Amino acid sequence: MVNSTIRPLRIDVCALSRSAPASRRPHMVTRPTGRAVRKAIEDRLAASPPEGAGDPSSRVGRLPGRAHPSPVVVSVVDFTRVRVMDFSCADEVVAKLLLRYLAPDRPRNVFFLFRAADDTHRHAVEQVLERHGLAAVCDMGAGRFRLLGCASPGERKAWAALEMRRRIRAEDATTALGPPGARRLRRLAKRRLVYAEADGGVSALSSFATAGALSVAEERRGAE
Amino acid sequence: MHVVDVPASLDYRNVEALYGAGTLGGPGPVLFDARRLRWTDPNGMTAILSAGKAAEERSGIPPKLSAPTDPDAISYLARMGFFKAAAAVFAPPLPRGRTRSGDSPVLLEVTPVASHADVHKVVDRVQSRAGAILSHNLDYPESAVVQFSVMLSEVCQNVVEHADAPGWVAAQGYNWTQRLGRRVVVIAVSDLGRGFRASLEDEHSERFGDRWSDATALEAAFLMGLTRFPDTGRGQGIQQIRKQVRRWDGLVSIRSGTATIADSPSWARLPPLQDGLGAFPGAQINIVLPQRIANGQ
Repeated sequence: MVNSTIRPLRIDVCALSRSAPASRRPHMVTRPTGRAVRKAIEDRLAASPPEGAGDPSSRVGRLPGRAHPSPVVVSVVDFTRVRVMDFSCADEVVAKLLLRYLAPDRPRNVFFLFRAADDTHRHAVEQVLERHGLAAVCDMGAGRFRLLGCASPGERKAWAALEMRRRIRAEDATTALGPPGARRLRRLAKRRLVYAEADGGVSALSSFATAGALSVAEERRGAE
Repeated sequence: MHVVDVPASLDYRNVEALYGAGTLGGPGPVLFDARRLRWTDPNGMTAILSAGKAAEERSGIPPKLSAPTDPDAISYLARMGFFKAAAAVFAPPLPRGRTRSGDSPVLLEVTPVASHADVHKVVDRVQSRAGAILSHNLDYPESAVVQFSVMLSEVCQNVVEHADAPGWVAAQGYNWTQRLGRRVVVIAVSDLGRGFRASLEDEHSERFGDRWSDATALEAAFLMGLTRFPDTGRGQGIQQIRKQVRRWDGLVSIRSGTATIADSPSWARLPPLQDGLGAFPGAQINIVLPQRIANGQ
């Protein structure tokens, strides 16, 4: 069962790239455009309201068991309306964004999922991830999720098993994944490719992506 | 006045005629005699512009260009936007040329590249034209237009990010009936920047020691994906272009300094590396994409 307090924050990259003051370009090409869009995404994440504020559909979750919980966002970075995205731009929007939020001094507790329209986008995302030794979960549409980038066979196996079950309780890790299962899940959680709950359970990020995404209209309002 | 003889047919195979040792002469004025020119491709056009610019930088005097006498060549160069670009390099007068109805559409006219905004313009411009040419002439799938745009974007950004000087890009489709029995699209990007060797020197020359040269600099960028930036994310452009061109059974080559490096398919038979060529202060990237043949490539 998925932690119901966590909601995805969908970020329509196409809308954002057309509205970001430093970008305003129809295509996601060149490094400066990528930087501008990444900055706009970071601003959008910083501005997303914490739990209890604003529209309930845009609420973000909180890590349970903390006196002053830090808000948790599962951000769905959506490229489906982007037509052309080159590798320089993808490096900024995907790899640099992930690196920023993987760092211990990350500005906010955000997990990322990328939504790609086709193999061309998937390829660009995959290439820039591999270049940096990163991995990310990508929504390929029609309910298909893939782990792109650099991951060991064991990590991929554990990720795929979790993807099937959506959530694995702490006490079920070894049964579901074999003896190294718990260690692999911890490793995936450390890489922020899965969501580790306070009770030791682990959830697939895809389960949040399909648990009530923001509407496109709402997202566009947010981008303007 | 030093005269540079422009061959009657000028493409990626013989642009050396413009770069050869001593071709651009010394400090005096230079005339590019293109009266015999009957056919050229984007490599030839951008090479004439680069050689003209190099001559100007060397002598301080804008070079002159004797235009082709063949009206078809004049018309074709005008349609490709060559004279418009040449006006910024060569001393007047230059022919304006006229295009005729029924002329085949131009994929990408000779376009100056000096900023990231120019890269966006190039990508915008080919969106409406590339689809038809790639699918009808080369039998590529519809999605190829996106990959083609990405390739153009990366190849143009190489000028903006690494050359530190403006350049030109052009692309056009041709029917290489006799040469290959297939249609092709040719893309050329040329700049008069500092070239690959100077661009990489500070960061990477030490590891090559005495071997450091134009050739090893090209190997470093082309084969190893090295750039002057310490950022791991840099240097993907050329690597990805190579991969995509290989998928399409195409040719990609880079000429810089005194060397040329190439990924050459069986039909092109270019040596992988040539050194000791005439000095070219900048870089010229040549991509040839052939028509797909029925059983895969």
